[in-house]
Amino acid sequence: MENNLKTTPLHSSHVSLGALMSPFAGYDMPIQYKGIIEEHNAVRHEVGMFDVSHMGEIFVSGPDSEKYINHLFTNDIRPMTPGKVLYGMFCYPDGGVVDDLLVYKRDEEGNYLLVVNAANIDKDYEWMLSNKEGFDVTVDNQSEVWGQIAVQGPLSEKTLVEVLGIMRAPELTFYTFFEGTLDGEPVIVSRTGYTGEDGFELYASNEMTVRIWKRLLAAGVLPCGLGCRDTLRFEAGLPLYGDELSPEITPIMAGLGMFCKLDKDEFIGKDVLAAQKANGVPRKLVGIELQDKAIPRAGYPVETPEGEVVGVVTTGYRSISLDKSICFALVEGKYAPLGTPLCVHIRKKVFPGVTVKKRFYQTNYKK
Amino acid sequence: MSKVLEGLLYSESHEWVRMEGDIAVIGVSDYAQHSMGALTYVDLPEVGDTFEQGESFGALESVKAASELYTPVSGEVTEVNEELEDEPEAVNNDPYGAWIIKIAVEDKSQLDALMGPEAYNTYTESL
Repeated sequence: MENNLKTTPLHSSHVSLGALMSPFAGYDMPIQYKGIIEEHNAVRHEVGMFDVSHMGEIFVSGPDSEKYINHLFTNDIRPMTPGKVLYGMFCYPDGGVVDDLLVYKRDEEGNYLLVVNAANIDKDYEWMLSNKEGFDVTVDNQSEVWGQIAVQGPLSEKTLVEVLGIMRAPELTFYTFFEGTLDGEPVIVSRTGYTGEDGFELYASNEMTVRIWKRLLAAGVLPCGLGCRDTLRFEAGLPLYGDELSPEITPIMAGLGMFCKLDKDEFIGKDVLAAQKANGVPRKLVGIELQDKAIPRAGYPVETPEGEVVGVVTTGYRSISLDKSICFALVEGKYAPLGTPLCVHIRKKVFPGVTVKKRFYQTNYKK
Repeated sequence: MSKVLEGLLYSESHEWVRMEGDIAVIGVSDYAQHSMGALTYVDLPEVGDTFEQGESFGALESVKAASELYTPVSGEVTEVNEELEDEPEAVNNDPYGAWIIKIAVEDKSQLDALMGPEAYNTYTESL
Protein backbone atom coordinates (compact mmCIF):
# COMPACT_ATOMS: atom_id res chain seq x y z
CA MET A 1 0.00 0.00 0.00
CA GLU A 2 1.24 3.46 -0.84
CA ASN A 3 2.26 5.38 2.25
CA ASN A 4 0.44 8.63 1.60
CA LEU A 5 -2.98 7.08 0.87
CA LYS A 6 -5.86 8.33 2.99
CA THR A 7 -8.33 5.92 4.58
CA THR A 8 -12.02 6.14 5.40
CA PRO A 9 -13.40 5.33 8.88
CA LEU A 10 -14.50 1.94 7.48
CA HIS A 11 -11.05 0.91 6.26
CA SER A 12 -10.44 -1.74 8.92
CA SER A 13 -13.86 -3.25 8.22
CA HIS A 14 -13.02 -3.58 4.52
CA VAL A 15 -9.72 -5.26 5.32
CA SER A 16 -11.31 -7.68 7.77
CA LEU A 17 -13.99 -8.52 5.20
CA GLY A 18 -11.19 -9.53 2.84
CA ALA A 19 -11.87 -6.81 0.27
CA LEU A 20 -9.55 -6.29 -2.66
CA MET A 21 -8.20 -2.80 -1.87
CA SER A 22 -6.85 -0.32 -4.40
CA PRO A 23 -5.94 3.38 -4.53
CA PHE A 24 -8.79 5.58 -5.75
CA ALA A 25 -8.80 9.38 -5.62
CA GLY A 26 -6.05 9.35 -3.01
CA TYR A 27 -7.86 6.85 -0.76
CA ASP A 28 -7.25 3.15 -0.16
CA MET A 29 -10.70 1.90 -1.21
CA PRO A 30 -12.45 -1.47 -1.60
CA ILE A 31 -12.81 -2.48 -5.26
CA GLN A 32 -14.71 -5.67 -4.50
CA TYR A 33 -15.46 -8.02 -1.61
CA LYS A 34 -16.86 -11.29 -2.97
CA GLY A 35 -17.01 -10.31 -6.63
CA ILE A 36 -18.18 -7.51 -8.89
CA ILE A 37 -20.95 -9.53 -10.57
CA GLU A 38 -22.54 -10.72 -7.32
CA GLU A 39 -22.36 -7.21 -5.82
CA HIS A 40 -23.76 -5.61 -9.00
CA ASN A 41 -26.70 -8.01 -9.03
CA ALA A 42 -27.43 -7.48 -5.32
CA VAL A 43 -27.95 -3.75 -6.00
CA ARG A 44 -30.09 -4.39 -9.09
CA HIS A 45 -32.33 -6.99 -7.45
CA GLU A 46 -32.11 -6.58 -3.65
CA VAL A 47 -29.89 -4.19 -1.72
CA GLY A 48 -26.20 -3.42 -1.29
CA MET A 49 -24.15 -0.83 0.56
CA PHE A 50 -21.12 1.23 -0.41
CA ASP A 51 -18.55 3.09 1.65
CA VAL A 52 -18.45 6.45 -0.11
CA SER A 53 -16.86 8.33 2.79
CA HIS A 54 -14.19 9.56 0.40
CA MET A 55 -16.71 11.95 -1.19
CA GLY A 56 -16.35 15.61 -0.18
CA GLU A 57 -18.79 17.69 1.88
CA ILE A 58 -18.45 21.47 1.54
CA PHE A 59 -20.89 23.68 3.46
CA VAL A 60 -21.83 27.17 2.23
CA SER A 61 -23.62 29.75 4.36
CA GLY A 62 -24.21 33.48 4.49
CA PRO A 63 -26.61 36.05 3.04
CA ASP A 64 -25.22 35.78 -0.52
CA SER A 65 -24.95 31.98 -0.71
CA GLU A 66 -27.72 31.50 -3.30
CA LYS A 67 -26.22 34.12 -5.62
CA TYR A 68 -22.72 32.77 -5.02
CA ILE A 69 -23.54 29.12 -5.76
CA ASN A 70 -25.54 30.12 -8.82
CA HIS A 71 -22.51 32.09 -10.06
CA LEU A 72 -20.42 28.88 -9.97
CA PHE A 73 -23.06 26.23 -10.72
CA THR A 74 -24.40 25.39 -14.19
CA ASN A 75 -27.86 24.48 -12.88
CA ASP A 76 -30.25 27.02 -11.28
CA ILE A 77 -30.74 26.68 -7.53
CA ARG A 78 -33.25 29.55 -7.23
CA PRO A 79 -36.38 27.38 -7.63
CA MET A 80 -35.15 24.94 -4.93
CA THR A 81 -37.05 24.58 -1.68
CA PRO A 82 -35.46 23.29 1.56
CA GLY A 83 -35.01 19.52 1.42
CA LYS A 84 -34.29 19.43 -2.33
CA VAL A 85 -31.14 18.16 -4.02
CA LEU A 86 -29.93 19.38 -7.42
CA TYR A 87 -27.26 17.99 -9.78
CA GLY A 88 -24.99 20.16 -11.91
CA MET A 89 -21.40 21.20 -12.58
CA PHE A 90 -18.81 23.84 -11.84
CA CYS A 91 -17.21 24.96 -15.10
CA TYR A 92 -14.14 26.95 -16.05
CA PRO A 93 -14.65 30.06 -18.20
CA ASP A 94 -13.85 27.93 -21.29
CA GLY A 95 -16.69 25.50 -20.45
CA GLY A 96 -14.41 22.67 -19.25
CA VAL A 97 -15.61 21.01 -16.07
CA VAL A 98 -14.09 21.66 -12.63
CA ASP A 99 -16.35 19.00 -11.09
CA ASP A 100 -19.87 17.60 -11.13
CA LEU A 101 -21.68 17.79 -7.80
CA LEU A 102 -24.89 17.78 -5.78
CA VAL A 103 -26.29 20.86 -4.05
CA TYR A 104 -28.46 20.26 -0.96
CA LYS A 105 -30.65 23.22 0.11
CA ARG A 106 -30.85 22.98 3.90
CA ASP A 107 -33.12 25.91 4.79
CA GLU A 108 -34.32 29.35 3.67
CA GLU A 109 -31.51 31.04 5.64
CA GLY A 110 -28.84 30.43 3.00
CA ASN A 111 -27.38 27.14 4.25
CA TYR A 112 -26.29 24.68 1.59
CA LEU A 113 -24.32 21.43 1.46
CA LEU A 114 -22.28 20.67 -1.66
CA VAL A 115 -21.25 17.05 -2.24
CA VAL A 116 -18.25 16.76 -4.56
CA ASN A 117 -16.00 14.06 -6.01
CA ALA A 118 -13.21 12.79 -3.75
CA ALA A 119 -10.51 13.40 -6.34
CA ASN A 120 -11.58 17.04 -6.67
CA ILE A 121 -12.15 18.13 -3.06
CA ASP A 122 -9.05 20.35 -2.78
CA LYS A 123 -9.44 21.71 -6.32
CA ASP A 124 -13.14 22.52 -5.75
CA TYR A 125 -12.47 24.18 -2.41
CA GLU A 126 -9.72 26.33 -3.96
CA TRP A 127 -12.00 27.15 -6.88
CA MET A 128 -14.78 28.21 -4.52
CA LEU A 129 -12.45 30.39 -2.47
CA SER A 130 -10.89 32.04 -5.51
CA ASN A 131 -14.32 33.02 -6.85
CA LYS A 132 -15.81 34.23 -3.59
CA GLU A 133 -14.81 37.90 -3.78
CA GLY A 134 -17.80 40.24 -3.55
CA PHE A 135 -20.04 37.58 -2.00
CA ASP A 136 -20.89 37.59 1.71
CA VAL A 137 -20.51 33.85 2.25
CA THR A 138 -18.62 31.33 4.37
CA VAL A 139 -17.22 28.24 2.64
CA ASP A 140 -16.41 25.39 5.01
CA ASN A 141 -14.77 22.18 3.78
CA GLN A 142 -15.89 19.49 6.26
CA SER A 143 -14.93 16.48 4.11
CA GLU A 144 -12.63 15.01 6.75
CA VAL A 145 -15.25 14.85 9.49
CA TRP A 146 -18.14 13.34 7.50
CA GLY A 147 -18.50 9.72 6.53
CA GLN A 148 -20.98 8.55 3.92
CA ILE A 149 -22.71 5.25 3.19
CA ALA A 150 -24.84 4.61 0.10
CA VAL A 151 -27.60 2.01 0.54
CA GLN A 152 -28.81 1.13 -2.95
CA GLY A 153 -31.31 -1.25 -4.52
CA PRO A 154 -35.04 -2.04 -4.53
CA LEU A 155 -34.94 -3.14 -0.86
CA SER A 156 -33.12 -0.01 0.33
CA GLU A 157 -36.20 1.75 1.74
CA LYS A 158 -37.18 -1.35 3.70
CA THR A 159 -33.58 -1.63 4.94
CA LEU A 160 -33.52 1.95 6.24
CA VAL A 161 -36.82 1.47 8.07
CA GLU A 162 -36.31 -2.02 9.47
CA VAL A 163 -32.57 -2.13 10.12
CA LEU A 164 -31.78 1.48 10.97
CA GLY A 165 -35.20 2.60 12.24
CA ILE A 166 -35.24 5.58 9.88
CA MET A 167 -39.04 5.73 9.82
CA ARG A 168 -39.19 8.83 7.62
CA ALA A 169 -37.31 7.21 4.73
CA PRO A 170 -40.54 6.38 2.80
CA GLU A 171 -41.47 10.09 2.80
CA LEU A 172 -38.48 10.94 0.63
CA THR A 173 -38.81 11.05 -3.15
CA PHE A 174 -35.90 10.99 -5.60
CA TYR A 175 -33.50 13.90 -5.01
CA THR A 176 -34.93 15.01 -1.65
CA PHE A 177 -33.41 14.75 1.84
CA PHE A 178 -33.92 15.45 5.51
CA GLU A 179 -31.64 16.08 8.48
CA GLY A 180 -32.44 14.03 11.54
CA THR A 181 -30.78 12.08 14.31
CA LEU A 182 -29.85 8.46 14.84
CA ASP A 183 -28.96 7.44 18.41
CA GLY A 184 -29.04 11.17 19.14
CA GLU A 185 -26.38 11.91 16.53
CA PRO A 186 -27.00 14.10 13.47
CA VAL A 187 -27.47 12.32 10.14
CA ILE A 188 -28.40 13.57 6.69
CA VAL A 189 -30.50 11.14 4.67
CA SER A 190 -31.07 11.71 0.95
CA ARG A 191 -32.83 9.63 -1.68
CA THR A 192 -29.94 9.81 -4.13
CA GLY A 193 -27.31 7.49 -5.56
CA TYR A 194 -25.09 6.54 -8.43
CA THR A 195 -26.44 3.16 -9.49
CA GLY A 196 -29.63 3.70 -11.51
CA GLU A 197 -31.64 2.03 -8.73
CA ASP A 198 -33.73 3.43 -5.92
CA GLY A 199 -31.49 4.18 -2.96
CA PHE A 200 -30.31 6.43 -0.19
CA GLU A 201 -27.13 8.16 0.90
CA LEU A 202 -26.45 8.62 4.63
CA TYR A 203 -24.07 11.31 5.86
CA ALA A 204 -22.87 11.12 9.47
CA SER A 205 -19.82 11.61 11.67
CA ASN A 206 -16.98 9.19 11.09
CA GLU A 207 -17.80 7.34 14.30
CA MET A 208 -21.53 7.16 13.52
CA THR A 209 -20.71 5.94 10.01
CA VAL A 210 -18.92 2.94 11.50
CA ARG A 211 -21.93 2.17 13.71
CA ILE A 212 -24.39 2.39 10.79
CA TRP A 213 -22.15 0.17 8.63
CA LYS A 214 -21.85 -2.48 11.35
CA ARG A 215 -25.60 -2.51 11.93
CA LEU A 216 -26.25 -2.97 8.20
CA LEU A 217 -23.57 -5.65 7.99
CA ALA A 218 -25.09 -7.55 10.94
CA ALA A 219 -28.47 -7.45 9.17
CA GLY A 220 -26.93 -9.14 6.13
CA VAL A 221 -26.73 -6.15 3.75
CA LEU A 222 -24.06 -7.00 1.16
CA PRO A 223 -21.03 -4.69 1.12
CA CYS A 224 -20.28 -3.57 -2.43
CA GLY A 225 -17.06 -2.11 -3.81
CA LEU A 226 -16.15 0.61 -6.26
CA GLY A 227 -15.88 -2.02 -9.02
CA CYS A 228 -19.62 -2.53 -9.23
CA ARG A 229 -20.29 1.13 -8.44
CA ASP A 230 -18.69 1.78 -11.84
CA THR A 231 -20.56 -0.96 -13.73
CA LEU A 232 -23.86 0.19 -12.18
CA ARG A 233 -23.46 3.90 -12.89
CA PHE A 234 -22.22 3.16 -16.41
CA GLU A 235 -25.26 1.04 -17.35
CA ALA A 236 -27.52 3.79 -16.01
CA GLY A 237 -25.85 6.31 -18.33
CA LEU A 238 -24.26 8.33 -15.52
CA PRO A 239 -20.93 10.10 -16.21
CA LEU A 240 -17.79 9.71 -14.11
CA TYR A 241 -15.60 12.77 -13.67
CA GLY A 242 -12.25 12.01 -15.27
CA ASP A 243 -13.80 9.71 -17.88
CA GLU A 244 -16.87 11.46 -19.32
CA LEU A 245 -16.35 14.94 -17.79
CA SER A 246 -13.06 16.81 -17.48
CA PRO A 247 -11.43 20.18 -18.11
CA GLU A 248 -11.44 19.13 -21.80
CA ILE A 249 -14.99 17.70 -21.90
CA THR A 250 -17.76 20.27 -21.39
CA PRO A 251 -21.25 19.34 -20.14
CA ILE A 252 -22.62 20.06 -23.64
CA MET A 253 -20.14 17.59 -25.15
CA ALA A 254 -21.15 15.05 -22.49
CA GLY A 255 -24.83 15.47 -23.36
CA LEU A 256 -25.62 17.08 -19.99
CA GLY A 257 -27.10 20.31 -21.39
CA MET A 258 -30.27 19.81 -19.35
CA PHE A 259 -28.21 20.57 -16.23
CA CYS A 260 -26.92 23.86 -17.70
CA LYS A 261 -29.49 26.61 -17.33
CA LEU A 262 -28.49 28.95 -20.12
CA ASP A 263 -31.41 31.28 -19.31
CA LYS A 264 -29.68 32.29 -16.06
CA ASP A 265 -28.18 35.83 -16.17
CA GLU A 266 -24.70 34.46 -15.77
CA PHE A 267 -22.54 31.66 -14.43
CA ILE A 268 -18.90 30.83 -15.03
CA GLY A 269 -18.59 29.14 -18.43
CA LYS A 270 -22.05 30.15 -19.64
CA ASP A 271 -20.93 31.96 -22.82
CA VAL A 272 -18.94 29.01 -24.15
CA LEU A 273 -21.65 26.50 -23.24
CA ALA A 274 -24.31 28.65 -24.92
CA ALA A 275 -22.18 28.90 -28.07
CA GLN A 276 -21.64 25.12 -28.08
CA LYS A 277 -25.35 24.51 -27.65
CA ALA A 278 -26.15 26.86 -30.53
CA ASN A 279 -23.37 25.92 -32.94
CA GLY A 280 -22.70 22.29 -32.08
CA VAL A 281 -19.67 20.71 -30.45
CA PRO A 282 -16.48 19.28 -31.97
CA ARG A 283 -16.91 16.01 -30.06
CA LYS A 284 -19.93 14.46 -28.42
CA LEU A 285 -20.39 11.62 -25.95
CA VAL A 286 -22.38 8.69 -27.37
CA GLY A 287 -23.33 5.18 -26.37
CA ILE A 288 -22.17 2.39 -28.68
CA GLU A 289 -23.46 -1.19 -28.67
CA LEU A 290 -21.31 -3.82 -30.35
CA GLN A 291 -22.72 -6.84 -32.17
CA ASP A 292 -19.98 -9.12 -30.86
CA LYS A 293 -19.04 -10.11 -27.31
CA ALA A 294 -15.63 -8.39 -27.47
CA ILE A 295 -15.26 -5.78 -24.72
CA PRO A 296 -14.57 -2.12 -25.54
CA ARG A 297 -12.37 -0.42 -22.91
CA ALA A 298 -11.30 3.14 -22.15
CA GLY A 299 -8.77 4.42 -24.66
CA TYR A 300 -9.66 2.09 -27.54
CA PRO A 301 -10.11 3.91 -30.89
CA VAL A 302 -13.57 4.35 -32.45
CA GLU A 303 -13.67 4.13 -36.25
CA THR A 304 -16.12 4.51 -39.09
CA PRO A 305 -16.92 1.33 -41.06
CA GLU A 306 -14.41 2.72 -43.63
CA GLY A 307 -11.65 2.67 -41.00
CA GLU A 308 -11.27 6.38 -40.23
CA VAL A 309 -10.59 7.05 -36.52
CA VAL A 310 -13.29 9.47 -35.28
CA GLY A 311 -13.24 9.05 -31.52
CA VAL A 312 -12.21 7.15 -28.42
CA VAL A 313 -13.91 4.94 -25.80
CA THR A 314 -14.23 6.58 -22.34
CA THR A 315 -15.82 3.66 -20.41
CA GLY A 316 -16.80 0.21 -21.62
CA TYR A 317 -17.94 -3.14 -20.26
CA ARG A 318 -19.59 -6.41 -21.04
CA SER A 319 -22.75 -5.17 -19.31
CA ILE A 320 -23.68 -7.38 -16.36
CA SER A 321 -27.39 -6.53 -16.36
CA LEU A 322 -27.87 -6.48 -20.14
CA ASP A 323 -25.28 -9.06 -21.29
CA LYS A 324 -24.19 -6.75 -24.12
CA SER A 325 -20.85 -5.18 -25.01
CA ILE A 326 -21.44 -1.45 -24.64
CA CYS A 327 -19.42 1.71 -24.14
CA PHE A 328 -19.43 5.47 -23.85
CA ALA A 329 -17.26 7.13 -26.49
CA LEU A 330 -16.34 10.69 -27.40
CA VAL A 331 -16.77 11.00 -31.17
CA GLU A 332 -16.81 13.74 -33.80
CA GLY A 333 -20.17 15.51 -33.65
CA LYS A 334 -21.45 14.33 -37.04
CA TYR A 335 -21.26 10.67 -35.94
CA ALA A 336 -23.33 11.24 -32.79
CA PRO A 337 -26.92 10.73 -34.09
CA LEU A 338 -28.56 7.52 -32.83
CA GLY A 339 -28.22 4.60 -35.22
CA THR A 340 -24.89 5.70 -36.73
CA PRO A 341 -22.70 2.69 -37.52
CA LEU A 342 -19.39 2.95 -35.64
CA CYS A 343 -16.72 0.35 -34.89
CA VAL A 344 -14.38 -0.15 -31.95
CA HIS A 345 -10.79 -1.26 -32.52
CA ILE A 346 -10.06 -3.91 -29.88
CA ARG A 347 -6.47 -5.15 -29.89
CA LYS A 348 -5.90 -6.45 -33.44
CA LYS A 349 -9.50 -6.56 -34.66
CA VAL A 350 -12.29 -4.13 -35.48
CA PHE A 351 -15.78 -4.83 -34.12
CA PRO A 352 -18.90 -3.28 -35.70
CA GLY A 353 -21.51 -1.51 -33.61
CA VAL A 354 -24.07 1.26 -33.66
CA THR A 355 -24.68 4.40 -31.59
CA VAL A 356 -27.45 3.97 -29.00
CA LYS A 357 -28.88 5.93 -26.06
CA LYS A 358 -26.39 6.39 -23.24
CA ARG A 359 -28.91 5.23 -20.67
CA PHE A 360 -28.39 1.57 -21.56
CA TYR A 361 -30.36 0.32 -18.56
CA GLN A 362 -33.86 1.47 -17.61
CA THR A 363 -33.42 3.23 -14.27
CA ASN A 364 -35.76 2.59 -11.33
CA TYR A 365 -36.00 5.76 -9.26
CA LYS A 366 -38.82 6.62 -6.82
CA LYS A 367 -40.08 9.83 -8.41
CA MET B 1 -2.20 -21.34 -2.79
CA SER B 2 -2.98 -21.93 -6.43
CA LYS B 3 -2.97 -25.36 -8.01
CA VAL B 4 -0.11 -26.48 -10.28
CA LEU B 5 -0.46 -29.58 -12.44
CA GLU B 6 2.29 -32.14 -13.00
CA GLY B 7 3.27 -32.92 -16.58
CA LEU B 8 2.82 -29.35 -17.86
CA LEU B 9 5.28 -26.58 -18.66
CA TYR B 10 4.67 -23.00 -17.55
CA SER B 11 5.61 -19.52 -18.77
CA GLU B 12 6.33 -16.42 -16.69
CA SER B 13 3.15 -14.88 -18.14
CA HIS B 14 1.20 -17.83 -16.64
CA GLU B 15 0.33 -19.85 -19.74
CA TRP B 16 0.72 -23.63 -19.50
CA VAL B 17 1.76 -25.98 -22.33
CA ARG B 18 1.00 -29.67 -22.72
CA MET B 19 2.76 -31.38 -25.64
CA GLU B 20 0.78 -33.86 -27.72
CA GLY B 21 3.27 -34.99 -30.36
CA ASP B 22 4.24 -31.84 -32.26
CA ILE B 23 1.19 -29.97 -31.07
CA ALA B 24 1.36 -27.62 -28.07
CA VAL B 25 -1.94 -27.40 -26.18
CA ILE B 26 -2.00 -24.00 -24.41
CA GLY B 27 -4.08 -22.67 -21.54
CA VAL B 28 -3.62 -20.47 -18.48
CA SER B 29 -2.68 -21.51 -14.95
CA ASP B 30 -4.86 -21.58 -11.87
CA TYR B 31 -2.78 -18.66 -10.57
CA ALA B 32 -3.72 -16.62 -13.67
CA GLN B 33 -7.45 -17.34 -13.53
CA HIS B 34 -7.51 -16.64 -9.80
CA SER B 35 -5.83 -13.26 -10.13
CA MET B 36 -8.14 -12.26 -13.01
CA GLY B 37 -11.33 -13.17 -11.15
CA ALA B 38 -14.57 -14.13 -12.93
CA LEU B 39 -13.95 -14.11 -16.68
CA THR B 40 -16.54 -12.63 -19.00
CA TYR B 41 -14.84 -12.96 -22.39
CA VAL B 42 -12.06 -14.90 -24.10
CA ASP B 43 -10.61 -13.28 -27.23
CA LEU B 44 -9.48 -16.15 -29.49
CA PRO B 45 -7.35 -16.12 -32.65
CA GLU B 46 -8.37 -17.85 -35.91
CA VAL B 47 -7.18 -21.27 -36.99
CA GLY B 48 -4.32 -20.69 -39.44
CA ASP B 49 -2.98 -17.57 -37.66
CA THR B 50 0.75 -17.80 -36.93
CA PHE B 51 2.47 -16.32 -33.91
CA GLU B 52 6.05 -15.83 -32.80
CA GLN B 53 7.12 -16.97 -29.35
CA GLY B 54 6.11 -14.31 -26.83
CA GLU B 55 3.58 -12.69 -29.17
CA SER B 56 0.05 -11.89 -28.00
CA PHE B 57 -2.48 -14.34 -29.47
CA GLY B 58 -5.60 -13.20 -27.64
CA ALA B 59 -6.87 -12.03 -24.28
CA LEU B 60 -8.83 -12.98 -21.19
CA GLU B 61 -11.23 -10.39 -19.87
CA SER B 62 -12.82 -10.02 -16.46
CA VAL B 63 -15.42 -7.34 -15.66
CA LYS B 64 -12.70 -4.82 -14.87
CA ALA B 65 -9.72 -5.65 -17.05
CA ALA B 66 -8.29 -7.27 -20.16
CA SER B 67 -5.22 -9.45 -19.82
CA GLU B 68 -3.22 -10.41 -22.91
CA LEU B 69 -2.33 -14.03 -23.67
CA TYR B 70 1.18 -14.76 -24.95
CA THR B 71 2.23 -17.88 -26.82
CA PRO B 72 5.20 -19.67 -25.24
CA VAL B 73 6.11 -21.24 -28.64
CA SER B 74 6.13 -20.10 -32.28
CA GLY B 75 3.87 -21.75 -34.83
CA GLU B 76 0.53 -21.99 -36.59
CA VAL B 77 -2.76 -22.27 -34.72
CA THR B 78 -4.34 -25.63 -35.56
CA GLU B 79 -7.37 -25.45 -33.28
CA VAL B 80 -9.09 -22.96 -30.95
CA ASN B 81 -11.44 -23.87 -28.09
CA GLU B 82 -14.62 -22.23 -29.42
CA GLU B 83 -16.61 -23.42 -26.40
CA LEU B 84 -14.92 -20.63 -24.43
CA GLU B 85 -16.73 -18.02 -26.55
CA ASP B 86 -19.98 -18.94 -24.84
CA GLU B 87 -18.51 -20.23 -21.62
CA PRO B 88 -15.47 -18.14 -20.56
CA GLU B 89 -16.08 -19.19 -16.93
CA ALA B 90 -14.82 -22.68 -17.86
CA VAL B 91 -11.30 -21.21 -17.50
CA ASN B 92 -12.14 -20.26 -13.91
CA ASN B 93 -13.74 -23.58 -13.11
CA ASP B 94 -11.12 -25.86 -14.69
CA PRO B 95 -8.04 -23.92 -15.87
CA TYR B 96 -6.09 -27.06 -16.78
CA GLY B 97 -9.01 -28.70 -18.59
CA ALA B 98 -10.13 -25.58 -20.47
CA TRP B 99 -7.37 -25.32 -23.06
CA ILE B 100 -7.44 -22.18 -25.22
CA ILE B 101 -5.49 -22.90 -28.42
CA LYS B 102 -3.37 -25.60 -30.05
CA ILE B 103 -0.21 -24.66 -31.96
CA ALA B 104 1.93 -26.75 -34.37
CA VAL B 105 5.33 -26.24 -32.79
CA GLU B 106 8.13 -25.27 -35.19
CA ASP B 107 11.03 -25.46 -32.79
CA LYS B 108 10.77 -27.70 -29.76
CA SER B 109 13.89 -26.17 -28.22
CA GLN B 110 11.72 -23.17 -27.32
CA LEU B 111 10.17 -25.40 -24.65
CA ASP B 112 13.48 -25.35 -22.77
CA ALA B 113 12.79 -21.78 -21.67
CA LEU B 114 9.64 -22.84 -19.80
CA MET B 115 9.35 -23.86 -16.15
CA GLY B 116 8.40 -27.21 -14.72
CA PRO B 117 5.69 -27.45 -12.03
CA GLU B 118 8.06 -27.04 -9.11
CA ALA B 119 9.88 -24.04 -10.58
CA TYR B 120 6.57 -22.42 -11.50
CA ASN B 121 5.28 -22.92 -7.97
CA THR B 122 8.35 -21.20 -6.56
CA TYR B 123 7.94 -18.44 -9.14
CA THR B 124 4.30 -17.68 -8.26
CA GLU B 125 5.06 -17.72 -4.56
CA SER B 126 7.70 -15.05 -5.16
CA LEU B 127 5.17 -12.69 -6.87
